[in-house]
Amino acid sequence: MLLIHCPWCGERAELEFRHCGEAHLARPTNPATLTDAEWAEYLAFRDNHRGWVRERWRHVHGCGRFFNALRHTLTDRFAASYKTGEAWPEPPA
Amino acid sequence: MSGFSAVRLLREALRGQTGWGQQWRSPDQPQAAYDVVIIGGGGHGLATAYYLAKGHRVGRIAVLEKGWIGGGNTGRNTTIIRSNYLFPESAALYDHAVQLWEGLSQELNYNVMFSPRGVLMLAHNVHDEQSFRRHVHANRLAGVDNEWLDAEACRAFCPPLDIHQRRYPVLGGALQRRGGVARHDAVAWGYARAASALGVDIIQNCEVTGITRANDGAVTGLSTSKGQIRAGKVGVVAAGSTSLVMAMAGVRMPLESFPLQALVSEPVKPVFPCVVMSNTVHAYISQSDKGELVIGAGTDQYPSYSQAGGVHILSHTLEAICELFPMFRRMRMLRSWGGIVDTTSDRSPIIGLTPVPGLFVNCGWGTGGFKATPGSGHVFAATIARAEPHPIAAPFSLGRFTTGRLIDEAAAAAVAH
Repeated sequence: MLLIHCPWCGERAELEFRHCGEAHLARPTNPATLTDAEWAEYLAFRDNHRGWVRERWRHVHGCGRFFNALRHTLTDRFAASYKTGEAWPEPPA
Repeated sequence: MSGFSAVRLLREALRGQTGWGQQWRSPDQPQAAYDVVIIGGGGHGLATAYYLAKGHRVGRIAVLEKGWIGGGNTGRNTTIIRSNYLFPESAALYDHAVQLWEGLSQELNYNVMFSPRGVLMLAHNVHDEQSFRRHVHANRLAGVDNEWLDAEACRAFCPPLDIHQRRYPVLGGALQRRGGVARHDAVAWGYARAASALGVDIIQNCEVTGITRANDGAVTGLSTSKGQIRAGKVGVVAAGSTSLVMAMAGVRMPLESFPLQALVSEPVKPVFPCVVMSNTVHAYISQSDKGELVIGAGTDQYPSYSQAGGVHILSHTLEAICELFPMFRRMRMLRSWGGIVDTTSDRSPIIGLTPVPGLFVNCGWGTGGFKATPGSGHVFAATIARAEPHPIAAPFSLGRFTTGRLIDEAAAAAVAH
């Protein structure tokens, strides 16, 4: 089980959190003019990358708030948690 | 290679078992060029190579495997086989596989130990019951066997089941009698042996590191840990690593890779006659021919390539198993493991062409790929050979995420399958 740092509540067990997918995916502001391919890209296509990823979590059984985190998908190690709206930190070398 | 037969068994018995040779060729180095290269030596990849070599004139074929054949999800799953999916497209695909399973040992001259002992899916609440009854009706229309059993009939079919416990009451279940299990390693080995006999080169410990393309974008070959290989067509069958391989050709995929876990108990005498799945509480169980209880757990909630999921996922499954089957409370678990499964948003696979000419993909089987192995290989081989989707594979195109024609088994099952 992961130990996850909530930017508001501190470190808590993974069971208190819900994973909410890739972070920094902005919903298109011009939905009427988007092509089908652009919608597909937004809805379904993902990096699914092996290495450092930026992802959204929600402290659903705690403060209830969303935040973002930087996690390595091979080791599952977290490098940072940061509040929604903040710039993402650089991944460790 | 010569075939397995009773006569041969007898002859070897008299010769002290000294005449058994290597069952498939595994050349250390690949040739410089192939007409078709399959990336991924699991069940699906080896089945693809076998059906290509058997049914299509495509020339020289190789299977490249980063580790050893059958060492990935083929060797890590809980071997459940069934075809009672909701949508006609899925029922057609998975039932095609079940029909091939039924004759597979004869087809390959290799005992894959297919055992159609029945798969019982338990309903614990009204929603489950309505959903499963809908599946039963849809399956009957699609010509796939599936029947509703009330709680007493479930207990009669699976005596270890406690239908009166209060934590997860059993209201009934959907039973597919043609479903069952098979020996997963034997599936990989059987396909490898049969493909090798038809001239397929199986190259192990050969990791693909790049996909080379011509000026017009078409695939021309592969960079591997064993050197450059020229290739006319390339089929990617890399399960959890599909996104990574496709990225080498600049193709993004609608996939996320998650750890999925399973575990086995100590071996005991035959106590469990069928396969029981409980989607609501997320526990799958059957007994292997070695006597171990084979138990499937769920995926972790976050994408990962760690091949090791959280322990709380396993304990959740074991809690459910102990509630449903109180007689297993004192059993000890021998080992657990994880594999990486590639899931799509509609929980249906992707089989077909890609935006890159000459590059084909078969992926997205998520938590339920083993059952489809023969059917998947069969339709993917035809898709590669003709460079157009096999009719059964056509609805499972990569393009469905753009057109919106999803095959939403995710919503139908509401859980992993």
